[in-house]
Amino acid sequence: MSATAPPAATPQKTEDERLLHTSPLRRLLGRPELGSVVGAVAVFIFFSVVADSFLQTSSFSTVLYAASTLGIMAVPVALLMIGGEFDLSAGVLVTTSALVSSMVSYQLTANVWVGVTVSLLATLAVGVFNGVLLTRTKLPSFIITLGTFLMLTGLNLGFTKLISGTVSTKSIADMDGFESAKALFASQLTIGDVSLKVTILWWFALVALATWILLRTRFGNWIFAVGGNAPAARAVGVPVVRTKIGLYMGVGFCAWVSGQHLLFSFDVVQSGEGVGNELTYIIAAVIGGCLITGGYGSAIGSAVGAFIFGMTSKGIVYAEWNPDWFKFFLGAMLLLATLLNAWVRKRAEATK
Amino acid sequence: MTTTAVSAPLVELTDVSKYYGNIRALEGVSLAVDAGQITCVLGDNGAGKSTLIKIIAGLHQHDAGAFRIEGEDTRLANPREALDRGIATVYQDLAVVPLMPVWRNFFLGSEPTKGAGPFKRLDVATMRETTRAELLRMGIDLRDVDQPIGTLSGGERQCVAIARAVYFGAKVLVLDEPTAALGVKQSGVVLKYVAAARDAGLGVVLITHNPHHAYLVGDRFVLLKRGAMTASHTKDSVSLDELTRQMAGGSELDDLRHELER
Ligand SMILES: Nc1ncnc2c1ncn2[C@@H]1O[C@H](COP(=O)(O)OP(=O)(O)O)[C@@H](O)[C@H]1O
Ligand SMILES: [Mg+2]
Repeated sequence: MSATAPPAATPQKTEDERLLHTSPLRRLLGRPELGSVVGAVAVFIFFSVVADSFLQTSSFSTVLYAASTLGIMAVPVALLMIGGEFDLSAGVLVTTSALVSSMVSYQLTANVWVGVTVSLLATLAVGVFNGVLLTRTKLPSFIITLGTFLMLTGLNLGFTKLISGTVSTKSIADMDGFESAKALFASQLTIGDVSLKVTILWWFALVALATWILLRTRFGNWIFAVGGNAPAARAVGVPVVRTKIGLYMGVGFCAWVSGQHLLFSFDVVQSGEGVGNELTYIIAAVIGGCLITGGYGSAIGSAVGAFIFGMTSKGIVYAEWNPDWFKFFLGAMLLLATLLNAWVRKRAEATK
Repeated sequence: MTTTAVSAPLVELTDVSKYYGNIRALEGVSLAVDAGQITCVLGDNGAGKSTLIKIIAGLHQHDAGAFRIEGEDTRLANPREALDRGIATVYQDLAVVPLMPVWRNFFLGSEPTKGAGPFKRLDVATMRETTRAELLRMGIDLRDVDQPIGTLSGGERQCVAIARAVYFGAKVLVLDEPTAALGVKQSGVVLKYVAAARDAGLGVVLITHNPHHAYLVGDRFVLLKRGAMTASHTKDSVSLDELTRQMAGGSELDDLRHELER
């Protein structure tokens, strides 16, 4: 047991010294998001050099906006991944959220806040459905949420055509409450000469909240535990089922925020949107250092992943390249970040 | 088995059986644990030792027989219930989350909090300090309670699990082969903590396939073989040689000796 302890007569003293020596560097190397931060700096420098307009403040707010719309969803997806599960229905759930809100308000000719509320209940219900089905059947979340993904995709298209006769919803811009809902979900804030979308605030707030939950609450401890070793977590009394259902409800909540942003910034919603976005969220989480097998990762990492995504997608435009190259960059980034993360983690463990 | 205690044993199993589908994992096993005593369960691989303790720990339910906690007939629904009734189990597979820091593992499932409402948060300082102090009491001088528990040695991990069970005020401590994967010195350390837990008044169920370890600390011995109980002894009714002989198969061992003799 004392194999690692020094044989010194004053163990307390030597130990403290040893801690001071190794700790700061190892702490830094041990952070899950380190790899992605290095990647973000590299991408930033790269586009600063190749695209002249990239460093302007207006470009920066555009990049942040692109990052925030993705980042809002990357947060709960990262938490879910730390908890050891996937959600392939997250992308279309955002569209479902917008559609439900719009159609409920339009059909009832009610205040749009009615639609907004019903939409929240609907997305949370989908989260509960995913979570309960997963924990009851013990099937892989990949299969369960692939099922919900397909079902929601079908429902989105089917219901929209059934109700409005076209593939998109009707305008609700003249209805009561539209302005106040728009202020909450899709407004523009001007600070000095920079104008920022409100989604950026939502994004930062969600990242802060998720970080708090992960690192400073019991629920956060349980998220790491159910992802790292679910049977062990159950054996010491962690409510594994409740934790997983809670994580899926988190995805539902953020899909609601994201969907309301879509609705109130564009007024009409295309029912076929959202397919494929679920993978983007997962990519952001993985670039941010989440272990695909669960039990390791951070919310801040997912934000850095989303930021890399925003810089790349807009940077290519500012560099006046063909946007077709974007996917190639994203793929390369994913591979590099994953390799870097794996390497960093090994180094961090080797120093111990 | 002679029960001299006036009060009911902390944990008592009578004629307990357990089936996994058509596999008979346990058949008619009885055992009792008193406060301040160590009951050892001995048996070869596959004898049903882990199955037995999983019933006590609330991971499985028995199919026949009686399971009493302090005299009260019980059927535990899950491990949480067992913990709440004062039964702490240290599993063979250790039940730790390897990537999580030692201090988070130590308190997993029973985290202390401070503050109220939305500001209710983990009492991180207390968690760190307690972990360090409790492990130090067991003689484990960790460099850093923040290191992932997966980077500790097997013996250290075992001691963390025991320290944890003792700290949370268990009345019964159940250990599944705590010395199986350890060297001689580390086994000694673990056995010392088992004895320390007994001296602190806990009832201990120690599972092992090493009769030497069992005889060092045990007060009662239950022998399992292919799911059935073949013998039950108190310490003064059996010698180490006899225990070893029975454990190794008794007459089978004599046969083996004859076969191997030249
Ligand atoms: N979950 C299970 N399903 C089916 N059979 C099992 C299960 N767990 C254990 N067994 C069987 O029950 C018997 C006893 O196993 P176990 O209690 O783990 O033995 P031990 O711990 O004494 O080595 C073995 O034959 C094993 O294969
Ligand atoms: Mg076993």
